[in-house]
Amino acid sequence: MTRFVIRRLISMVLVLFAISVLTFLIFQVIPNGDPAQRMAGRLSTPETVAAIRRTWGFDDPIWQQYLTTMKKIFTGEVISYTQQVNVLDQIWQDLPATLSLAIGAGIIWFVMGVLFGVLSALRAGHFTDRALTVAALVGVSTPVFLLGAVALYFFAFKVQLFPNGGYVPLTQDPVDWLYHLILPWLCLSVLFIGIYSRVLRSNLLDTMSEDYVRTARAKGISERRVLVRHVLRNSLIPIVALWSLDFAAVIGGGAILTESVFNLQGVGQYAAESIHQLDVPPVMVVVMLGAFAVVILSAITDVIFALLDPRIRLTGS
Amino acid sequence: MATVDSTVRAGAHRDRGADTAAGLSPYRLGLRRLRRNKAALAFGALFGVIVVLCLCAPLYADRVAHTSPNANHVTETVTVGGVRKDVVSPTGQPIGPTWQGRFLLGADQNGRDIAVRLLYGGRNSLEVGALATLLTMVLATIAGIVAGYFRGFVDGVLARVLDLIWAYPVVLLGIALGTSLALGGISIGPLHLEGNSLLVPAFIIGIVYIPYVAKPIRGQVLRLREQEFVDAARVGGAGPLRIMWSEILPNLSSTIIVFVPLMIANAILLEAALSYLGAGVQPPNPSWGTMISDGIRLIPSAMHLTFVPGLMLVLAVLGINVFGDGVRDALDPRAKVRLEEHAEEASR
Repeated sequence: MTRFVIRRLISMVLVLFAISVLTFLIFQVIPNGDPAQRMAGRLSTPETVAAIRRTWGFDDPIWQQYLTTMKKIFTGEVISYTQQVNVLDQIWQDLPATLSLAIGAGIIWFVMGVLFGVLSALRAGHFTDRALTVAALVGVSTPVFLLGAVALYFFAFKVQLFPNGGYVPLTQDPVDWLYHLILPWLCLSVLFIGIYSRVLRSNLLDTMSEDYVRTARAKGISERRVLVRHVLRNSLIPIVALWSLDFAAVIGGGAILTESVFNLQGVGQYAAESIHQLDVPPVMVVVMLGAFAVVILSAITDVIFALLDPRIRLTGS
Repeated sequence: MATVDSTVRAGAHRDRGADTAAGLSPYRLGLRRLRRNKAALAFGALFGVIVVLCLCAPLYADRVAHTSPNANHVTETVTVGGVRKDVVSPTGQPIGPTWQGRFLLGADQNGRDIAVRLLYGGRNSLEVGALATLLTMVLATIAGIVAGYFRGFVDGVLARVLDLIWAYPVVLLGIALGTSLALGGISIGPLHLEGNSLLVPAFIIGIVYIPYVAKPIRGQVLRLREQEFVDAARVGGAGPLRIMWSEILPNLSSTIIVFVPLMIANAILLEAALSYLGAGVQPPNPSWGTMISDGIRLIPSAMHLTFVPGLMLVLAVLGINVFGDGVRDALDPRAKVRLEEHAEEASR
């Protein structure tokens, strides 16, 4: 077990290093033109550009540029030259909104996904199953920002059931927090509910034809108990694994679109606004920290799964 | 993933009893199964109609709407039912659908014809989707075959590069490339792309999806290379290139065909997401994503600006998704390539 954890951690560190190099290359090296000019934004004076070239060391050898960039990102020295704001401070300030969105939506999409998956499998081929299949296809084909816009139009503008976007901190007013987050949670969940219910449905149908399920039935165990204790328990393993990866991805910037449609003032919306202004420093930091979060969370997931399921640490080398 | 071999077996099994089943090629059997799947055909036709409409964009703009996608008509008026109306009212409210040649679906806040932009935008979205898919499929197939065939060191290097792209969340990688390339453009050898070129988003999306196709292809090549017909070719004196090209590639064709529609759907969705964020197709070029992005601020007063391109986008993606599902079921009845596994990344 210790060996598995160590191996997994080493590979995680390597991937993190590679991601930092790739991010550096994408932002500073691959595009044509002057990196200092890009960094400074559209409305910049020659003095700013010259100052940026000096502090970021764009005249240094490339490996030294990389080190400077990483040092700046991790010591929180990166500044948006367009807005004159420290990027890391802004991210810390916006993080609660992003976490609120991700955690609430994660719970909703897991519960609903399992519920619809089980319903679909139990009624396989019947009307409920077909209706859920169609709904899942539409859900997978609709971008979340469009869904959010439609939801806002009907439920916040036509019928004033929910607020028209915005975020209220949990510590300030829990009820208002919930009220502002219900629509974003549901919209972000739709896609995942569609995916999870389809995956769980096919898992359940596969598991139901296993020998041990037949044995359980033959022993005279009630159908409900067979379903919950034997079938569902085994079918849920891949769903939980999928959930933890998706959840990590949503925390690491996957909710950018949802946040900006609902004006949630989270990290994702900060990134979205920076992209619209083509303000490079915030985009670079958010993208890299987001990718880091995803890699670290998925390594933690792997370790937890290895603890729970011995088969993974034996074969997962 | 089923090889062609097992496709035949599965097909023969399903068609048992039909006396003409024996001796038909796997593609014939696949085509027959696809033809029975009326829903897939209907949705495929829907996608086809959208493609044809979008290709006719210049014709419509020229002959019917008498304008171009980026032309401003803010200060002009249009006669609807005998009444002269401002294209954009003095308060900045754009005209809604007129249901006639000019401004069929209304105008946006710059006084541009929505219907014309919808068709041109669709053409851009579809072009980006098609080019990105082409790039993904070609590079992923090459990478998958080379890695799977040579194994060892080559495989190790390619697998690490692919793992790296895979570890980078799709939308984040797209955003990173989109933002930096929109500012600087890129030079690949002799090819120079300006930041606002349509090829930039196509290039980005094409790169981002490579691992999702290359990994399964590599897995299949690993199995194929151990089969007798490959040994036979090698004994017959064929070199690696020839084996890869004429022995292994043809056996991958059903996998590749199955991936194409799913990749087109994902590429269109990712283009829309990137354009919505401002990291995809750059203004003033229209695409469904940029149109939604432009319209979303005006939703309370002019919801058609968002809903019209949104509806087109969903119909196109739904059409190709359902059709792709049908193709998969037809060619590869026992395939593990599932729409759900690949679609998920694209549209968060």
